Amino acid sequence: MRSANLSYTSREQVDVYRFSWAVSIGLPLLLVGLQAFMPVRMPLFRVFDFGLMLTIFFAVSRRSQLSGMLTGAAIGLLQDGLTRTPYGVFGIAKMLVGYGASSIGIKIDVENPGSRFLMTFLFYAMHQAVFLAIERYLMGQQISFNLGHEAGAAVANSLMAVFLFAVLNRFKIRD
Amino acid sequence: MLAVLLFAQLLALALQVKRQTAEGPVRLIRIVSVNTIAPFERLLIYTGGGIRSVWTGYLDLRDVRRENERLKAEAAQMRLDREREMEDARQARRIQALLQFKENWIDKTVAAQVIGTSGTESSRLIYLDKGSGAGIKPDMPVITPDGVVGKVLNVYGDTSQVLLINDPSSGVGAMVVNARLQGIVKGSATGEVQLNYIMGDESVQSGEAVITSGGDRVFPKGLPIGRVTRVSMGRNLFLDIKVKPAADLDRLEEVLVVTEQKAREPQVDGQAPIRASDILAEHLPGVPQQPPAQGAAQAPNVSVPQTQTTSPAQPQPSAAHTQSSVASTQPPPAKPKSDLPAKPQSAAPASSSAATKAPSANAPAAKAAANPSAKAQAATAPHVPVVKPEVIKTNNAKPAGAAEETDKQ
Repeated sequence: MRSANLSYTSREQVDVYRFSWAVSIGLPLLLVGLQAFMPVRMPLFRVFDFGLMLTIFFAVSRRSQLSGMLTGAAIGLLQDGLTRTPYGVFGIAKMLVGYGASSIGIKIDVENPGSRFLMTFLFYAMHQAVFLAIERYLMGQQISFNLGHEAGAAVANSLMAVFLFAVLNRFKIRD
Repeated sequence: MLAVLLFAQLLALALQVKRQTAEGPVRLIRIVSVNTIAPFERLLIYTGGGIRSVWTGYLDLRDVRRENERLKAEAAQMRLDREREMEDARQARRIQALLQFKENWIDKTVAAQVIGTSGTESSRLIYLDKGSGAGIKPDMPVITPDGVVGKVLNVYGDTSQVLLINDPSSGVGAMVVNARLQGIVKGSATGEVQLNYIMGDESVQSGEAVITSGGDRVFPKGLPIGRVTRVSMGRNLFLDIKVKPAADLDRLEEVLVVTEQKAREPQVDGQAPIRASDILAEHLPGVPQQPPAQGAAQAPNVSVPQTQTTSPAQPQPSAAHTQSSVASTQPPPAKPKSDLPAKPQSAAPASSSAATKAPSANAPAAKAAANPSAKAQAATAPHVPVVKPEVIKTNNAKPAGAAEETDKQ
């Protein structure tokens, strides 16, 4: 039974989805690769974090905290490999996002665009806060923080997520 | 479970931090990540490049004549400018040679295409389509004709990772050109480039050029980094100086990796630009040829470049140091009175006796005096560089036969 019109549901009322192996592996590779390639042609594309969007999408669709954590950690570690940061910075941040998103996916409706926008906005903020904390306090890096820029990036990512989630819905397989 | 995974990753992170400071080898997992993503990027860039080249090929056909005329005029103006700058460069090299300075010169570069980035704002990295197979190694400088881009961080089989100068963890030895102040150019989290460690009581103006100082032993001295855009008083008694990079770091498509540098003293060959009026005077009938010894005693630095090329990647004075051999068919010049290098002067045709008595600017005048028709031409002839076959050369700054050297660019 679908529960799209409900704000609060029990675990039994929500749908749980799964994804094929090809989608589970191919989509992160494709989108993280796109995220790395596109700034060469369009520098503004650097703002988007497709890894984060995928983590949220998989987590709220599968509605499993363990799965959300593992997905977030895997995508984060993949992103870590492309940066100069040590392995684990993005891994930790996205793993926490995966945990949080899957926990929220159990409790509230995450199918309508408004809640997806808000959810992505909040998780983007959380992701950046965790990243900043790791870089500044664990790594000892002098990382500056521009609130206006981060807020703009959060809005941009949230808008993109609404669009992306609608496309990714086609890959869902009802459990 | 969350706590276990979190602890495992924190532990792994801590171990990496320790190893990172010791500059250990690249980890296998990082190589796997890069090699997984790089083929996607390579495929995208080559597909896009093919489509774009077909489209731009069609567009280029349009307006090509007007573009050609504009470029010709621009090229003529640039030749004039280049000649003036080359004279300054030659003078600087003579002074450097006098003081026995040695500089790192760019000997060999590898052109590479940018195929990707880190994909995040926190790391300003790019990936190149060439790696260790092309001779690229860590810490090699990466430049464009406009200026410094960064340095090679990690190298894989056919991919390289380059740290841009606007990354917070980068650092380039830099110098403000006019003020001759040295500092370190670093990036910031927002992607801005700033020049650090310039004392607050120094004077730095907006618009001043910033070049590499060579002090970091990575970049050769004199490469353009950018221009100062804003100067304010910062913390800790240092100025807060923002720099706009000369290279467009957000739109890099092709770059040059400097794979070979050599330290050597600047070449001093006494070559000077030849003027169009000199050529005109040389080809016109006029003053009969005089014995060369008379002129050589007074004007020893008479030479004509055979070919000259400039590297787009290297600014003056180190840009124009490619030259081919010039045959010496004239008797050795008389030794100047002083051991100092000769004062820079223009070339003059060796056949003109007037040219041997005064700097070459007088040569066309002497010709013109003998031939009225040449006078008007000589007076109005522009100052342009000339590619000329082997001509007579005398040189008091280098021994005969030592002029042959072709630098790879």
